[in-house]
Amino acid sequence: MTLANIWFFLVAVLLTVYVILDGFDLGAGVLYPFIAKGEDEKGVIRAAIGPFWDGNEVWLLTGAGAIFAAFPMVYAMTFSGFYLAIMLVLFGLIIRAVSLAFRHRDGSWSAVWDGAFFLGSLVPALLVGVALGNVIRGVPMDAQGNYIGTFWQLLNPYSLLVGVTGLCLLVQHGAAWLSIKSEGELHDRAWRYRKVSFWICAVLAVATSLATILTVSRASDNVFGRPVGWLFVVVFLAGVLYTIWQLFKADGALRSFVGSAIIIIGLAGIAAVGNFPDMVPARGTPAATSLTVTRAASGHLTLLVMLILAIVFVPVVLIYTALIYKTFWGKTKAGDADY
Amino acid sequence: MDALTLARIQFAFTVGYHFIFVPISIGVGMMVVLSERRYYKSGIPADRAASNFWIKLFTATFAIGVATGITMEFAFGTNWANYSRFVGNIFGAPLAAEGLIAFFLESTFLGILLFGRKKVSKGFYYVSAWLVWIGSLLSALWILIANSWMQTPAGYKIENGKAILTSFWGAALNPSIGPRYFHTVAAALLTGCFVVAGVCAYYMLKKKHLQFARQAIIWAASVGLILAIAMPFLGHWGALVVAEHQPVKMAAFENVTDTEDGATLWLVGWLTKESDGTYDTHGIGIPNGLSLILHLNPDARVTGYTDVPLADRPPIQATFQSYHAMIALGIFFGLVLLVTVLLHILKRLENARWLLWVLIACIPLSLLAINLGWMAAEVGRQPWVVQGLMRTSDGVSPLVSSGQIWTTLGLFGLIYLVLFVAWLRIFVGIIKKGPEDTAEMLEAEKGIAPAPAGAGR
Repeated sequence: MTLANIWFFLVAVLLTVYVILDGFDLGAGVLYPFIAKGEDEKGVIRAAIGPFWDGNEVWLLTGAGAIFAAFPMVYAMTFSGFYLAIMLVLFGLIIRAVSLAFRHRDGSWSAVWDGAFFLGSLVPALLVGVALGNVIRGVPMDAQGNYIGTFWQLLNPYSLLVGVTGLCLLVQHGAAWLSIKSEGELHDRAWRYRKVSFWICAVLAVATSLATILTVSRASDNVFGRPVGWLFVVVFLAGVLYTIWQLFKADGALRSFVGSAIIIIGLAGIAAVGNFPDMVPARGTPAATSLTVTRAASGHLTLLVMLILAIVFVPVVLIYTALIYKTFWGKTKAGDADY
Repeated sequence: MDALTLARIQFAFTVGYHFIFVPISIGVGMMVVLSERRYYKSGIPADRAASNFWIKLFTATFAIGVATGITMEFAFGTNWANYSRFVGNIFGAPLAAEGLIAFFLESTFLGILLFGRKKVSKGFYYVSAWLVWIGSLLSALWILIANSWMQTPAGYKIENGKAILTSFWGAALNPSIGPRYFHTVAAALLTGCFVVAGVCAYYMLKKKHLQFARQAIIWAASVGLILAIAMPFLGHWGALVVAEHQPVKMAAFENVTDTEDGATLWLVGWLTKESDGTYDTHGIGIPNGLSLILHLNPDARVTGYTDVPLADRPPIQATFQSYHAMIALGIFFGLVLLVTVLLHILKRLENARWLLWVLIACIPLSLLAINLGWMAAEVGRQPWVVQGLMRTSDGVSPLVSSGQIWTTLGLFGLIYLVLFVAWLRIFVGIIKKGPEDTAEMLEAEKGIAPAPAGAGR
């Protein structure tokens, strides 16, 4: 196990935690205009994610920072190569952050902030998946590690399928969270959305799996050819079965959320195992242009210092993250947004 | 325009915009800590109302600061891919550390400040205010470590065309981090003092919330005065480091063309371009002053920028003017704060309406000063993106087209304009509404609502 491999694992962990945590508030944002009837229910949804979403998003920023530090070539290739897509994600994150902070203070622009919250949730939730699809599928690169395809090539059917699947995954995850946090009619509505979106997601996940096996055989061969790949397949299937079981119970909201988190861990593991030892495989250009873990990694000392920082500070972060979830645990009331 | 120019415009615009909100957050964050401390000790509703007021101003500004800060973490990769590949080994680590150590702290405990007033104890709430503020100071530390490394790179070697880390502490504690961190944070706190003082001055002019305003303004003015007095020393420390490690930047600050013994210190001046690419200074200066303050010797040698070829020199006029305008504003701020404190002691502050207006004007002026300082530091480093190691023109993403950057630049312009208008409306709205009326709060706490007409037992 080299330091570079450890960092491949840690980056995968950071991004998986990001999807589990920010996933539910992005999903809640996508559902926001559809699920909430009236100002009170809108307030409940915002308050249900209010104390958490900002901290959740930091997992992405830290993950991106870790990729920059540990795998500069991957950071440089993906961010410059997927330029417009990344910028749209950025604009989404900006307007979303501001909308949540300003909505409460600014009654006269409430429609603007509601729209910004929805769009700012939808665009990242969709495009991060499209980017992941391209990273699994592979992209054309030159010898320096620059993306040499066009913007439209990124919007290929496979990557779009991964994007839509990812969006749906986050929507059902967000609906599960809202079911946990809400009461009465809003809860019943959220729970219905949670079931429907889960089944749509399940169909899409089957389609994505088949598409991967048929068109990205490198990835599926990696998964099915390695014990650890089978392990994540089992984790994924266990998560699916557990979630389905909970969906048939009246009080299954929290446990179905846990099931959804297990599904995300399984899928993230499958994606990571499928790509390893590539971080971004080459497609249509010589294999030597692939950004492998070894080729893309930073020097030994950088990786070591970062590892020490992670070992010291990640537990601290986990402690106070747990603290804030404990503080704001339980059903959200309409008045909770009145700070 | 070519992609390089557009990428530079986009970076300068987005960072400059971000740097409006950050100093206000750091500065008002200090006020939040102090006012929350007061409430923690006294427990009276008036103090809670005062603290809530600063928290509202703080959180509205903090939100837009955080949101626009994400842009930078993305921009290195999107627009400066060659730069990212070259420095990623060193530059990425502080960014990751900033996320891990600072962002998590800020964002988590910001949740407590926003939603926790009724949920957590007074002590927990007070500690949360501290942690958010400490988080913002740590965030400033890590990003300035990254930026200072670009000014005075250290702890690295060049291998296969990349900068590789050889000493973590060498890179983190590079020669310019000390003065640059303390100078920047002091400037941010000073900006915060002017926001506080300006808000209080507004209430004094309107004769509203006077009790609240009297309490806060003297605090802001005295802390501000201390900072304004410390600033020349911090700035001087920074100038000594610049003179030693970035002599061409120093030469641009004071338009020292040829290396000379006994260089002039300019108080104010205008530069005219000569045929050989150098500049002539027309203005008021202290002969031998620069040599004196840099080397404590009026005849000491100061490097001029003609020591390096034309292609290695920064834009002289912009560097000179932003540097001198920053210093002039700094001196002005010191005088304003001195007069404010004196008039307060003489109990004539509230009648000095002209001074109250000046204090309000100092809010945008302090933001201007801090942005001018940033311009002087960054423009003065050109043409290098990493001093002496990589040119800005070599750091750009090679395959991102100008059409793509035009698109995003347009979107940045549009979105940032809307956000600025929204922020300003909300910021001014909070100020106009003022801290909550404490008598009402007291009644609400006792559960005595005014009885509706006709209601009786």
